[in-house]
Amino acid sequence: MRALLLALVLASAGVAAHAQTAPTPAPLGDRGQSAADEMELMRTLQGGRIEGRITIPNQQAATLIQPAGREWREYHNRTLAWVGGIAVLGMIAVLAVFFFSRGRIRLEGGPSGQTIQRFNIIERANHWMVASCFIILALSGLNLTFGRYLLLPLVGPESFTAVSQWGKYAHNFLSFPFALGLVVMFLLWVKEAIPNARDITWFRQGGGFIGNRHPEAARFNAGQKVIFWITILGGGAVAASGYFLIFPFAATDIAGMQLSHIIHSLLSVLMIAAMLAHIYLGSLGMENAIDAMSSGQVDLKWAKEHHSLWVEEEMGKAPKGAKHV
Amino acid sequence: MARMKFLLDSDRCIECNACVTACKNEHEVPWGINRRRVVTLNDGRPGERSVSMACMHCTDAPCAAVCPVSCFYTTADAIVLHDKDLCIGCGYCFYACPFGAPQYPRVGNFGSRGKMDKCTYCAGGPQADNTAAEYTQYGANRIAEGKLPLCAEMCSTKALLAGDGDMIAQIYRERVQRRGYGAGAWGWRTAYREVVAI
Repeated sequence: MRALLLALVLASAGVAAHAQTAPTPAPLGDRGQSAADEMELMRTLQGGRIEGRITIPNQQAATLIQPAGREWREYHNRTLAWVGGIAVLGMIAVLAVFFFSRGRIRLEGGPSGQTIQRFNIIERANHWMVASCFIILALSGLNLTFGRYLLLPLVGPESFTAVSQWGKYAHNFLSFPFALGLVVMFLLWVKEAIPNARDITWFRQGGGFIGNRHPEAARFNAGQKVIFWITILGGGAVAASGYFLIFPFAATDIAGMQLSHIIHSLLSVLMIAAMLAHIYLGSLGMENAIDAMSSGQVDLKWAKEHHSLWVEEEMGKAPKGAKHV
Repeated sequence: MARMKFLLDSDRCIECNACVTACKNEHEVPWGINRRRVVTLNDGRPGERSVSMACMHCTDAPCAAVCPVSCFYTTADAIVLHDKDLCIGCGYCFYACPFGAPQYPRVGNFGSRGKMDKCTYCAGGPQADNTAAEYTQYGANRIAEGKLPLCAEMCSTKALLAGDGDMIAQIYRERVQRRGYGAGAWGWRTAYREVVAI
């Protein structure tokens, strides 16, 4: 910058000396500041904004040019599309490979007939509130990035706008029960989800997915703890960044809005990938697993295989913990 | 066809804000929305410049590139317009726009955005030319009447030029050559990836 100014001064001095012989116009743009295109170029390279003073009440309008929009466009149109596409499709591919090679994880020898309560009605209701909100939030969110290329050509502009408009309303409103559910979920399960030394053994044994050994686990095994913390920390960050977006410019400026969107969308696509794995294991991937979240009653044999320490603890708590069906 | 552009000669702009007022009046733009604004750089210091800025109708427009519902289109005159019936008010165009052109009425819940509004280069929108429906949504369509944008037409110092890019660049070039100085065309490098070479 200083070197450039020096060069300008030297150049103008040169012209001034020359002007004694022939009346030459003063150098273009040399009226105390650099020219518009130079300033634009410099700010673009520095990633800074060109700002001034404005007389209308909207003070954000005082930003004349914000070159960061170009990076945000690049992120939104390329980075996010690629990361999101690879995360979601990649996870589906991994799960498909897992399903066709390993198959459904079955309960050997069939159920015992005895059941034990795994999740009570509050835990299940809260789980499904968060889950149903998440699915709609995820679909309406993915629609904003991929709908233009996937859905718009199929249904046409008017229908696509209707879908996206309702998706936006749903996305805004369902963020509240989703965030509430995260808080309740945290309070309900955090005690049993704190990582401990057993989790290392669980991971070392591949969680029982590789081979046929079942590593012992308490109420939540290490994999479930990971899902819990992805939901709480990831979901919390997504919700927090989402509230910056839902109340535009209430607490931040244009750079903050762009950053909020980047955090929100990037964490969201990664969470969608993680939840696909969770949904697979809770339903198709493992026999009897769905019972824990549907009726809340799981087969005792299944419980002993997957959560041996928890069953022992429950049995110890109440002698009639396992009820006969 | 012409390639319509705006060119602001900041050595002439006196920050009278008449372009802002004329725009609001011509199109009956609602409260809180300014399709055009005047920003003063280096206010009160040497090298003070005022720049009137609106949508620059960019080449390879960022707003159109990021729009999730693809509601933007470019006319034969290279004017960037959008369809308010398709806009969902997500705000993405504002994040991408280098000039802060998109504006949103505050409607509905959470102070969230209504359908985006921006400078139309006085060219209306996708509705039939100069109908009541077009006026309500987008304002006057002066281009269809063979006129240029009102902001530039009524600019008292002719700092703001509108018209075919080559023609207004030539006017500016001759002006700079005659008077011997010129700060350059604000926003041209960003919007059109070119500068007005003198």
